[in-house]
Amino acid sequence: MDAAAKPLTRNILPDRDYATLADYERSGGYQGLRRAVSELSPQAVQQQVSDAGLRGRGGAGFATGLKWSFVPTGEDAPKIRFMIANADEMEPGTFKDRLLMEKDPHQLLEGLIIAGYAIQATQAYIFLRGEYHLAARRLNQALLEARAGGYLGRHILGSNFSLDIHLHAGAGRYICGEETALINALEGKRANPRAKPPFPQVSGLWGKPTVVNNVETLCNIPHILHYGSAWYQSLGRGADKGTKLFGASGRVRRPGVWELPMGTPVREILEDHAGGMIPGYALRGFLPGGASTDFLLPEHLDVVMDYDAVSKAGSRLGTGTMIVLDDKTCPVRMVLNLQQFFAGESCGWCTPCRDGLPWVVVLLQAIIGGQGRSEDLDTLTDLVRMMAPGNTFCALAPGAMEPLQSALKFFRADFEAYITGKTPPLEQADEYY
Amino acid sequence: MSIDAQTASMLNADDIRDIKAEMAHYPDKAAAAVEALKIVQRRQGWVSDAALTAVASLLDVSTAQLEAVATFYNLIYRQPVGETVIHYCSSVTCWMLGADDLRERLCRHLNARPGQISPDGRYTLLPIACLGACDQAPALMVGERLVTGVGAETAVTEILGEQS
Amino acid sequence: MNTIDIDIDGLAYRVKSGVSLLTACQTLGLDLPYFCWHPALGSVGACRQCAVIQYRDAADSLGRLTMACMTPVTDGMRVSIAAEQAQRFRGVNIELLMTNHPHDCPVCEEGGECHLQDMTLLSGHTRRRYRGLKRTHKNQYLGPFLNHEMNRCIACYRCVRFYADYAGGSDLQVLGMHHNVYFGRFEDGALENEFSGNLAEVCPTGVFTDKTFSAHYARKWDLQTAPSVCVHCGLGCNISPGERYGRLRRVVNRYHGDINGYFLCDRGRFGYDFVNSPERIRTPRLDNHAEIAADAAQQRFRAMLNGHLPAIGIGSPRASLETNFALRSLVGAENFYAGLDGGEQAMLETIRDLLADGGVHTPSLREVEQADAVLILGEDPVNTAPRLGLALRQTVRNAAFRRAGELGLPPWRDAAVRELEKQHRSPLFIASICPTRLDDVAGRCYRASPQDIARLGFAVAHCLDGQAPSPAGLDAAQQALAAEIAAALRQAARPLIVSGTGCGELAAIQAAYNVARALRPNGGQLVFSVPESNSLGLTMMAGKPLQQAFRRVAEHTAGCVIIVENDLYRRAPAQAVDAFLQQAAQVVVIDCLPHQTAARAGLLLPAATYAESAGTLVNNEGRAQRYFPVYPPPEPVRGAWQWLLAAMDNSDCRHFDDLTAACAQAFPALAGIVAAAPDAAFRVDAMKIPRQPPRYSGRTAMLADLKVSEPRQAQDAETALAFSMEGASVGIPAALQPVFWTPGWNSAQAVNRFQAEIGGHLSGGDGGIRLFEAAGEGAWFTQIPDAFRPEPGLWRVLPPPLHIFGGEELSLHAPALAERAPPPGVLLNPADAETLAVASGEWLVIASADGALSRCLPVKIEPTLACGLLVAAGLPDCIALAWAGPVTLQKGDRP
Ligand SMILES: Cc1cc2nc3c(=O)[nH]c(=O)nc-3n(C[C@H](O)[C@H](O)[C@H](O)COP(=O)(O)O)c2cc1C
Ligand code: SF4
Ligand code: FES
Repeated sequence: MDAAAKPLTRNILPDRDYATLADYERSGGYQGLRRAVSELSPQAVQQQVSDAGLRGRGGAGFATGLKWSFVPTGEDAPKIRFMIANADEMEPGTFKDRLLMEKDPHQLLEGLIIAGYAIQATQAYIFLRGEYHLAARRLNQALLEARAGGYLGRHILGSNFSLDIHLHAGAGRYICGEETALINALEGKRANPRAKPPFPQVSGLWGKPTVVNNVETLCNIPHILHYGSAWYQSLGRGADKGTKLFGASGRVRRPGVWELPMGTPVREILEDHAGGMIPGYALRGFLPGGASTDFLLPEHLDVVMDYDAVSKAGSRLGTGTMIVLDDKTCPVRMVLNLQQFFAGESCGWCTPCRDGLPWVVVLLQAIIGGQGRSEDLDTLTDLVRMMAPGNTFCALAPGAMEPLQSALKFFRADFEAYITGKTPPLEQADEYY
Repeated sequence: MSIDAQTASMLNADDIRDIKAEMAHYPDKAAAAVEALKIVQRRQGWVSDAALTAVASLLDVSTAQLEAVATFYNLIYRQPVGETVIHYCSSVTCWMLGADDLRERLCRHLNARPGQISPDGRYTLLPIACLGACDQAPALMVGERLVTGVGAETAVTEILGEQS
Repeated sequence: MNTIDIDIDGLAYRVKSGVSLLTACQTLGLDLPYFCWHPALGSVGACRQCAVIQYRDAADSLGRLTMACMTPVTDGMRVSIAAEQAQRFRGVNIELLMTNHPHDCPVCEEGGECHLQDMTLLSGHTRRRYRGLKRTHKNQYLGPFLNHEMNRCIACYRCVRFYADYAGGSDLQVLGMHHNVYFGRFEDGALENEFSGNLAEVCPTGVFTDKTFSAHYARKWDLQTAPSVCVHCGLGCNISPGERYGRLRRVVNRYHGDINGYFLCDRGRFGYDFVNSPERIRTPRLDNHAEIAADAAQQRFRAMLNGHLPAIGIGSPRASLETNFALRSLVGAENFYAGLDGGEQAMLETIRDLLADGGVHTPSLREVEQADAVLILGEDPVNTAPRLGLALRQTVRNAAFRRAGELGLPPWRDAAVRELEKQHRSPLFIASICPTRLDDVAGRCYRASPQDIARLGFAVAHCLDGQAPSPAGLDAAQQALAAEIAAALRQAARPLIVSGTGCGELAAIQAAYNVARALRPNGGQLVFSVPESNSLGLTMMAGKPLQQAFRRVAEHTAGCVIIVENDLYRRAPAQAVDAFLQQAAQVVVIDCLPHQTAARAGLLLPAATYAESAGTLVNNEGRAQRYFPVYPPPEPVRGAWQWLLAAMDNSDCRHFDDLTAACAQAFPALAGIVAAAPDAAFRVDAMKIPRQPPRYSGRTAMLADLKVSEPRQAQDAETALAFSMEGASVGIPAALQPVFWTPGWNSAQAVNRFQAEIGGHLSGGDGGIRLFEAAGEGAWFTQIPDAFRPEPGLWRVLPPPLHIFGGEELSLHAPALAERAPPPGVLLNPADAETLAVASGEWLVIASADGALSRCLPVKIEPTLACGLLVAAGLPDCIALAWAGPVTLQKGDRP
């Protein structure tokens, strides 16, 4: 395997539990940091990341260098700033950040330290999902090693830059992944999102300038610094740059996660890497980027996994980890499962999400339970409209609506079949959320 | 900081030391709230009213303020649980690949419904959102141990690590 | 005012810049629904009810849904409230709120004045589609003031935003998650915050309702109300008391743009029940037992006045100007006594003089909130002048508002500003005897004896202006603190000094003045707290101190003693009052509730309360305001001024207005009071102002059990108001506005429609009139007390802090309030406790040095109380101990 073509996973080897500091250093680890703190100004680091064309891997695809540039600099800018790694990965169907943290923890640390340098942070945090116990152990171990190795702490690698990282484990809530909710969670409060403006880059954690980046985003940084932005640009196959962890789960032959160039076609991922469907099952659709993305159909197999291309096809790249719907799984029930998740994870702050999602669940349960009425589909459509982007306080509910609205479009007959009695009603599954 | 009698009776010296160490990581003590509750939970299994009150006084927040935080998060138990909490993933891929069936098998084995304590006091089964192991669904967590690929063929005793 | 032009649904409007679109719409009187927004709490964008369509430019025909409360108005902006997409969104949003709301309006006490009902109608949601189960909650016991009915909750988060964020309460929070959020306490128990009652008005539905009202409930539309002024402290908050069947049912806030704004304290809201007390004096009595008829009583009163020695009159700081003036007219100026202890009177007169010619501005509560550095000398405002305390709590936010401005954030972006508060706080310094309820937001607290508090104030003044005298012998810590306070005050744009009668120390008032005077070049302001509803008004009437009245009787130069609305045992040591009442030839007491003084009256006349009579009160800032009878007093009860007028032989005064006018004429400083409210001749379009709302129901049948025909409505010859539902409905001046109510807006939120600008002044001006504006030059006070030095074996008893619950005479008769009154006890420094070998909870015998007075009370140890001081609280007569000089202490047994 060409390490330079798969920078993110070069240290993730089938026969190795995880990469130790020595392993990491051997593969060129911490060279990017060395270069950043000894040769480059913070602005130059930002520029290099901007030039590389890196876009955030947390789901929204916001340009990383640009995000950093919003942090106020200059004489009267606040002296205290925070850099946060968003390691709250909890979107159903998403399993990429865990891998990166468990298998190569130093890569995240290096990315976080460089990002911290780029915005001149005074303290960094990793906000880790509370359930990721193994990742917590490996990261804490790596933190000790990094401090001992001079990569972290006072005067990093002899430079004038000092930074420490604290690992903060959450206590489980999907909304903690939303960056402003994450900031509240980190402050020890309820994880309700905050209104923007002010943006966190101006007033975030404890009112100080703060940048939140996804784990995978940060893992790209060391390589951009080490190998340069031109090299990074060359990795992408389409409009977007670099590589990305793509995954597939569901009834495919080899579910998993693979580092592939941005712009890899869906077909290649599902057929070559995931090995196609399990015999006896056919592909009915897929959520291309996790639970909060719209369904796509087999006719979309040739769409390439680029931010814009997937949008044009009617969905979102999201986290890049696909959930595959096979022909023996009921799409209505699958949507119910998703909506139960979202309803249960609503923070309870805004009306459409807090009270709309439970109603969606009630309607889907009624439909599946054989009590559906034809007007229920109109009500569902109304609710989708209620929770359109911009209508709710944050992006949770609009995300929840994506699989629902596309299911209503693509699998409408399945809904109607329950309502008209063509599909026998299913006994209600317990509602645990 | 003066630690009142109630705090002292609910938290042992180790807990207090750990919570204080955690507080030192943040400019505001309250930021250690979740970790402090977890520290209590690690030893006592769950967060009782008395323990919550004790932690609140350590963090210098009101009980209501701490309760507001405690009741927001999934992994803070405000009711007694068994010695080991089993979290089975109820999210989409695991559901598709048999999470409901897994839940029923576990319930039968434990003789308890989700949320209850098994009669032997050893387990509580709870659903949890996607554990990030969708490529090895269905998945669950037994205590802090992630167990994956537990299809119909995997025996419950094996899942629980009970056979030896 | 900066204005800009905006386009709403094709119509051009000019609005104030800097406000949110929702605020602009409400100011314009447009019907845009909302829940989470509150003018005093700002915007958080949670409920999503205020959705409108905003268009990018003239060409944009689609537009984008946006929350008006979170959108600043911008010049040329184009929006639509009526757009189909916006209406639809708002309709479904209400439908969502209604999925869980119980349809219990018929039994809900909010019914008829429910913001949720109003908004539901406004949003056009009429048909229920939701078929699922509703989530249900358990309710909590929240104490004697409020009910809790959580199933009605629509999760607008207003309650916690008011209670925790605005009022600083820590025991009410949002608990739980997703659609299972719960607004309550950690466990059952009385809400601790002193402003909890506002939840009944802040909550847009029936979760928090007034429990005292439940006990004798009537619909809003069945309540007869009159514009009124709270009588439970010296601030003069405006209230709307409501009556039905001759019983006062409740008090709600009546917006005043300069004073109370949207909020009342719990004493003011729940203290009203004294009016309904079964102990009320309802008939004239002789020697405290024989009831006599009103005419006979009147004759007896006249006869008593005809003795050969002149009668003397003792007025009261809780009686109106008119009552005090009628008494003064009856007995003659030379025989009129203010009814205040000399020490208190001296403090009040100093305050009065400083207001008149100290040359320093006294801010209204609205202005208090703008202060960006505050020094409190000797007061615990949340207890002595609660609404002032709430205003002072807001001052610490001003630094955050300023910082928000620098970041380009409007002040109404509430969550963002609150976030900034952690780093940016305006300084608040508190010098007090004991901990206060504002300590949690104070930058620094200083605990000392009253003298030392005054000395600190003098030192601050000296730091600010070398001309101001400097106290001798300060220690280094005191010097440093004074310098720190002075520096903070000097840096501020709107520094404010707060003091008053609270710690019983004249020097504290004088020191506060010196600080404010020193800050004059910086715009320094000074606000004093006074204890009672007309303390200042009474002080402006030049009554003589009570001790002189005692002397008159002792010297046999006075005949009949007339005591009006005053329990002298709260004013002077018991022996002195005993002697006075014993020696007096005759004692006439006019009051509404029994007390020790009334018990000694030869003739006791039943007085109307504020709810049954009219009167003018002067508040702490020197603002005269009038209250009006909500309902006629039950015969033979009448206003104290009416008893007094009737006893006069040859007075020109016949009516209430005559008294006001005569009083204004007698005292130039009170000349303005005539304008405090329109007189009885005032009409709007030739109509009187009705006290009953247009939907007042059952009037013809109200007395059907007594009489088949409807009795004639009571006539009101004394005021411009009528006991009727007929009359003017628009164009009513604020001073005569009984309640705020407009079509479609039946809840407390209707006040939006009566303000010139949201959160600002009432259209046509707020009621009342300021009698003082900063004038004169003033002079430094130069008498600086010596530092307090405890004498071994002796303690100084301080007047008890007037606790918000139980510290005021009338409200203590309201059962709900009495339930919250603190138990009697004394506070003691730990070192003193050790010397005396007493522990917290043990009992202490307190005796005056001469042994004449003694009392046994439980002890609470207060680490911050200075050595040698004793603070006694929770007993109405422990005030008397404060006059007894130093006391001895000894461990005692529980009696
Ligand atoms: C409901 C919700 C959950 C989210 N969860 C995550 C998450 O678990 N991890 C993550 O990196 N981003 C998550 N995001 C996106 C973050 O808000 C944010 O955009 C991201 O962390 C930015 O990082 P990036 O710029 O590196 O992509 C979530 C967003 C929403 C609305
Ligand atoms: S959409 Fe609203 S209720 Fe839902 S998670 Fe976001 S802020 Fe909370
Ligand atoms: S009032 Fe605007 S969102 Fe609630």
